[in-house]
Amino acid sequence: MSRAAALLLAIAAPALLGQAEPAKPVLVPDVSQRDIEIVYSFTGADLLLFGAIVYPGGQAPEPGDKPADVVVVLKGPVQSVLVREKEKVAGIWVNADRMRYRSAPSFYAIASSRPIGELVDARTRAIYELGLDSLQLSPASGAAPAIQARFDSGLVDLRRRNGLYYESPGAVEITGRVLYRARLGIPARVPVGRYTAETFLIRDGRVLAAAVRPIEIRKSGFERFVANAAEHYSVPYGLAAVALSVLLGWAAGALWRRA
Amino acid sequence: MDLYLPIANLSVNALVIVALGFGVGLLSGMFGVGGGFLTTPLLIVYGIPPTVAAASAASQVTGASVSGVFAHFRRNGVDVQMGAVLVAGGMIGSLAGAWLFAFLQARGQIDTVIAIVYVLLLGSIGGLMLYESVQAIRAARAGKPMRAGKRRHHPLVAALPLRWRFYRSGLYISPLAPLILGFFTGVLTVLLGVGGGFILVPAMIYLLGMGTAVVVGTSLFQILFVTAWATMVHATTTKAVDIVLAALLLLGSVAGAQIGARLALRARPEQLRLALALMVLVVAFRMLLGLAWRPDEIYSVELM
Repeated sequence: MSRAAALLLAIAAPALLGQAEPAKPVLVPDVSQRDIEIVYSFTGADLLLFGAIVYPGGQAPEPGDKPADVVVVLKGPVQSVLVREKEKVAGIWVNADRMRYRSAPSFYAIASSRPIGELVDARTRAIYELGLDSLQLSPASGAAPAIQARFDSGLVDLRRRNGLYYESPGAVEITGRVLYRARLGIPARVPVGRYTAETFLIRDGRVLAAAVRPIEIRKSGFERFVANAAEHYSVPYGLAAVALSVLLGWAAGALWRRA
Repeated sequence: MDLYLPIANLSVNALVIVALGFGVGLLSGMFGVGGGFLTTPLLIVYGIPPTVAAASAASQVTGASVSGVFAHFRRNGVDVQMGAVLVAGGMIGSLAGAWLFAFLQARGQIDTVIAIVYVLLLGSIGGLMLYESVQAIRAARAGKPMRAGKRRHHPLVAALPLRWRFYRSGLYISPLAPLILGFFTGVLTVLLGVGGGFILVPAMIYLLGMGTAVVVGTSLFQILFVTAWATMVHATTTKAVDIVLAALLLLGSVAGAQIGARLALRARPEQLRLALALMVLVVAFRMLLGLAWRPDEIYSVELM
């Protein structure tokens, strides 16, 4: 309720203040969940990214004007990764060549109101990292461009098949040229950390406005306790695992003998 | 019923894991093996990261061997002295295994090495068991009693210095022999997440020449302690033991093991051995195919 009120206020504010300067439109984005807690029943999350486009003067563009497009990008924390490539050596498939990347996103999802290739050119896509072929993976080793490209596409393809990277063109719905909404799914096997939801307003191949909202994904309750214990109290954790297995094994034996 | 695994970082169907544990437990109860050689590959096929699979499968083997050890103790079927030497070797071996694991992981060859070791071990032992059980079944059909092989230890074992008396096993041999044997199974436990019973039992019979009355109990005794120790090694080095995954596997396997042990009483031992041999060979063949076939994923990603 208060969020809706804030939204209304944000839309109305420029009009109330009687903004003189015909500035660029502004985005007022929000997400359905700012904190995602991983508990035992976590099977992934469905995130609603929505908001309003605030035009200067509080006036939505006339139906005759060229409509603006909205792109939303949900990005996970960057990781330093090593990508290995298998090769057939002496009849068996073994890891041979490898490539190091300093900052590959652990999760990347992009939704847009139209296919991203129709909205902006390759240079703009590269600047804002819009689309799977425009990710800044920052390879750590200087390899030949052809090899580099092979590894880049290998990494992106692998993560796409794991559901960690995806594009969903047409998933952004724009209502009355001022409100937009997009639904993005996050699979269960994403790492925890700080995610960002970026929203871009694009018209005539130019990014008119951009806004970022952080989203925190963390383990909670028992899951957090277990992960924390395994990391920081590894000896008691290991003892607990051993005790559990001995106890269950012994209990089953004792129960069955009585039965 | 979906359940999130806090260390593996993914959501699994809990019933599938319990059923997997039950199936493996059933087989382990029937054949007297820990079943780790099945659990680890099956978990990997299900999508659990290999390190987490190997680390968590070890605790399932611990659970499966507990009731067996108690049962054999009641029957006086454990040579504690021999077991202690094997366990000592196994503990040193699992530390060496952890070092080897880290080394191979850094080289990116851990998965290949695990698969090759599986193929070689399972292939050779499965082949030997198949041969032996077919011979036994043929002999039984012909009505001839099997020629009981003379119980003796391998000449190599006799050549080792320093001799101890192992009364329960009826042996006077160097403790270095079981120590080395324990060492190798310890390496395998950490590397593959297996208890090593399928190597230990034949080695105790054919290499050490132990009396069959104490072989199974003593091997279970060693497996119990070494898998527990391997769980500790994994918990402190790779930090990949998923206690939720282990609990699910245990729930299924301890129940399965009890039922399997009762089923085993109704079957003939040589037929059980034949079935186990075939199963071991199938797993080995599947692993071999995995090595030779073009994999679905040419690329793999490792976090740094």
